[in-house]
Amino acid sequence: MKSNATALPTEEMLINMGPQHPSTHGVLRVILRTDGEVVVNAKPDVGYLHRALEKIGERVTYPQFMPFTDRLDYLASMNCNAAWAWTVEKLAGIEVPERAEYIRVIVCELNRISSHLIAFGSFTADMGAFTPFLYAIRERERINDLFEDICGNRLTYNYVRIGGVSADLPDRFLEKTKEFLDYFEPKVPEYNKLISYNKIFVHRLADVAVATPEDAVAYGLTGPNLRGSGVPFDLRKNEPYSVYPKFDFDVCVGTGERGTLGDCFDRYMVRINEMKESVKILRQAIAQIPEGPVMAKVPRMFKPPVGEVYFRAENPRGETGIYLISDGTVNPYRLKIRAPSFVTMNIFEKITKGLMIADVVAVIGSFDIILPEIDR
Amino acid sequence: MMESLVISLVNAVPVLSGVPLWSITLLVMVVVAAVVLTFALTYAGLATYVERKVAGDIQARVGPNRVGPVGLLQFLADGIKLLLKEDIIPTHADRFLFALAPYLVFVGSFAAFVVVPFGMGLIASDLNIGIYYVMAVTSLVVVGVLLAGWSSNNKWALLGGMRCCAQIVSYEIPVGMALLPAVLIAGSLSLQDIVRSQGGLLGIFGWNLFHNPFTFFSFFLYFVAALAETNRTPFDIPEAESELVSGYHVEYSGIRFAFFFLAEYGDMFVVSALATSCFLGGWHVPFLNGEALPAVWGNLFSLGVFLTKTLGLVLLMMWVRWTLPRLRVDQLMRMAWKYLVPLTFFNLLGVSLWLLLFHGKGIPQMIVSLIG
Amino acid sequence: MEPKEIFEKVQARFGEAAVELQEEGFRPAFLVVSPEKVREIGRFLRDDPAMKFDSLMCLSGVDYPDRFAVAYHLHSLAIGHQIGVKAYLPKEAPSLPSVDEVWPAANFQEREAFDLFGIVFEGSWDLRRILLPEDWEGHPLRKDYKYPEFYHGIKV
Repeated sequence: MKSNATALPTEEMLINMGPQHPSTHGVLRVILRTDGEVVVNAKPDVGYLHRALEKIGERVTYPQFMPFTDRLDYLASMNCNAAWAWTVEKLAGIEVPERAEYIRVIVCELNRISSHLIAFGSFTADMGAFTPFLYAIRERERINDLFEDICGNRLTYNYVRIGGVSADLPDRFLEKTKEFLDYFEPKVPEYNKLISYNKIFVHRLADVAVATPEDAVAYGLTGPNLRGSGVPFDLRKNEPYSVYPKFDFDVCVGTGERGTLGDCFDRYMVRINEMKESVKILRQAIAQIPEGPVMAKVPRMFKPPVGEVYFRAENPRGETGIYLISDGTVNPYRLKIRAPSFVTMNIFEKITKGLMIADVVAVIGSFDIILPEIDR
Repeated sequence: MMESLVISLVNAVPVLSGVPLWSITLLVMVVVAAVVLTFALTYAGLATYVERKVAGDIQARVGPNRVGPVGLLQFLADGIKLLLKEDIIPTHADRFLFALAPYLVFVGSFAAFVVVPFGMGLIASDLNIGIYYVMAVTSLVVVGVLLAGWSSNNKWALLGGMRCCAQIVSYEIPVGMALLPAVLIAGSLSLQDIVRSQGGLLGIFGWNLFHNPFTFFSFFLYFVAALAETNRTPFDIPEAESELVSGYHVEYSGIRFAFFFLAEYGDMFVVSALATSCFLGGWHVPFLNGEALPAVWGNLFSLGVFLTKTLGLVLLMMWVRWTLPRLRVDQLMRMAWKYLVPLTFFNLLGVSLWLLLFHGKGIPQMIVSLIG
Repeated sequence: MEPKEIFEKVQARFGEAAVELQEEGFRPAFLVVSPEKVREIGRFLRDDPAMKFDSLMCLSGVDYPDRFAVAYHLHSLAIGHQIGVKAYLPKEAPSLPSVDEVWPAANFQEREAFDLFGIVFEGSWDLRRILLPEDWEGHPLRKDYKYPEFYHGIKV
């Protein structure tokens, strides 16, 4: 119901969807100018979590920067760790043992499932259905247990190292992972039955905040946001890295099944389907993983050659790119992290014009942004 | 019921015959009001506990289980905590309205307990405008909520207050029109009369629910509209936690917040009680003629039956809350005005035509008269 | 397309503005262009059917020892190739045209480069500080940045 009250003069209201808000997924401030319930302009204001990671990167050594990548996107720590490791390995031409690459893929895909579970849970909680969030957390607890087995941590893992991983898989890890996959696989259709196709839920999301494919590409959307608009681009398939070419999986693309192509519902369904694909990849990885060392020989005082490299990895929230300039010393010269949520915010102001306040919450949730990544 | 109580009291205690009648009536009224209020508050407190347990069950977790046996005393702990909290009033808030609003909401919700027919003779005051009174008094909530939203000096609270006001006012029409079929069948606005019109000898089939297809439909329409009246999910936009950060009671803390909270549960009970009385046979014990039993047993059984039915509906509301997502404001309003109002209107028309054509007989009665 | 071919195409079209091609040790290769023509070259790279660089992957500011630079990493979804474009800027008053008309994805990243390096993007539809408070002094990612003692009376 768009406002067409031309006869009645109305005043605009300036509302601050402040840094502290239950559904802005972090310390995001949105300055809303609304005409009643309809948003006239929504300007995001970021920077509340700026920790100067890029400046810190210039003062620490390459291996020392690994824990900082954990805090970049804390829901997908393994993916960020691995992105940094792959970047430095691309720069220095380090050859990573195959078992280490398989382990990296296993933990990255597990982390993708866990990150999408949180995205699914918090999104439905924003829409008012409180129960799916707890189901997602219940599933995620099992993944946290697996990660605790591997590296001792439940959130910021610091497990991947430049040249491999820090330690081999513990006993029975692969069996436990298989048990988890058997437990988790029937859950996704259960979520679809419970909430995904619920009439109220669909009505909240269909035709809301449509991002056309051209807009999505031009505004720099990546990952599930881009695929939700119908563009079948997945870095794991189009520019494969690590051992991804060895796996057989589908790219999940939004189809406009309940509204327009590129609306909030499409982006949401892409994430749900990606969880199923990750399960597929994990099963294949567990079956194919070879024996061998898990760490390449990397010198203590690691000095990569002079040069500039740009590497991007498919993170749960999009593509995380790292532009690394090395001047031959132990510290990076310039370290630029292209965070997917940061670039996704470009489209925010355009896409929220004419929506209602409740839809702004849906938009933030459907883009699945996370503030530490935006602010670095 | 009041008068009979007063008269029986005067007869029982000869000493009181010297005291003027009005003072005894006043005393009786105060005692009855205290009893009803105690029941209502105890119910509201326990309802919060049950809600949390139901939520825990649906969400695959345990719920409160520390305070008291299986966590039963949790509501007392919460109540004491809220009482002891610091009373914060925002700086530029309108102090008088800020303090007044919770009381209005509380009164609007709990004053309706007066006409709830708990049992055969258990009703605080059998007003002959029963339903009309309930509809009028629960509208006080609107005033209270609007005052709360306005006086908090907070844009979010204002938005929440306005939304709530629009929602409650819009949904009063379907609520009223959905209740009218029961009134038409009983021929009276008094709730005891409505309950009595649903015979106990036919058992379940004496209920208004099975009287004719239109009343069957009417029950569901009433339930949906009543969910909206009480601001429960899927219609809980005014207090949408994740959007408006608690809406109109965002600035309230401590005992003032407790009033809003209790009023919500009180509202749920009133709405369920109305649904039970008008559609589900009220306090009629199935297949039993309650009048034939001695007063004590009759009242006890009917109270038990009534509470079972009403609390069952309250439980249903809680179940729905933890399952469904939330409707957006414009979808909510569209549902009220474009769907519920026409539907309840045609429903009312249908019931009127039925009663005209079949001389007030329902389907079960017609079947019985065919057989017997 | 190979970086060399792309460089030759840009050189054929813009002549002097295409300064050099950095290939050795740079992955992806960089076309160094003169700053004033960045917007036109960007538009050319995006619209030319043989190249079709419709996706701006990353826009970064860099503080080299003797000069600033803005590095653009481009990618083509249709064709699949990547290229980098670099524009060197002098240390005093670095500024160049904004490319947010060509790739709207540039806006936030340009604001970040402005915020952290002080590089002014002319013609940008919204150039304000993004990560730091509006009244912050200085540009932190510069190599010669001095940390301030106090900010609004708070010890930093």
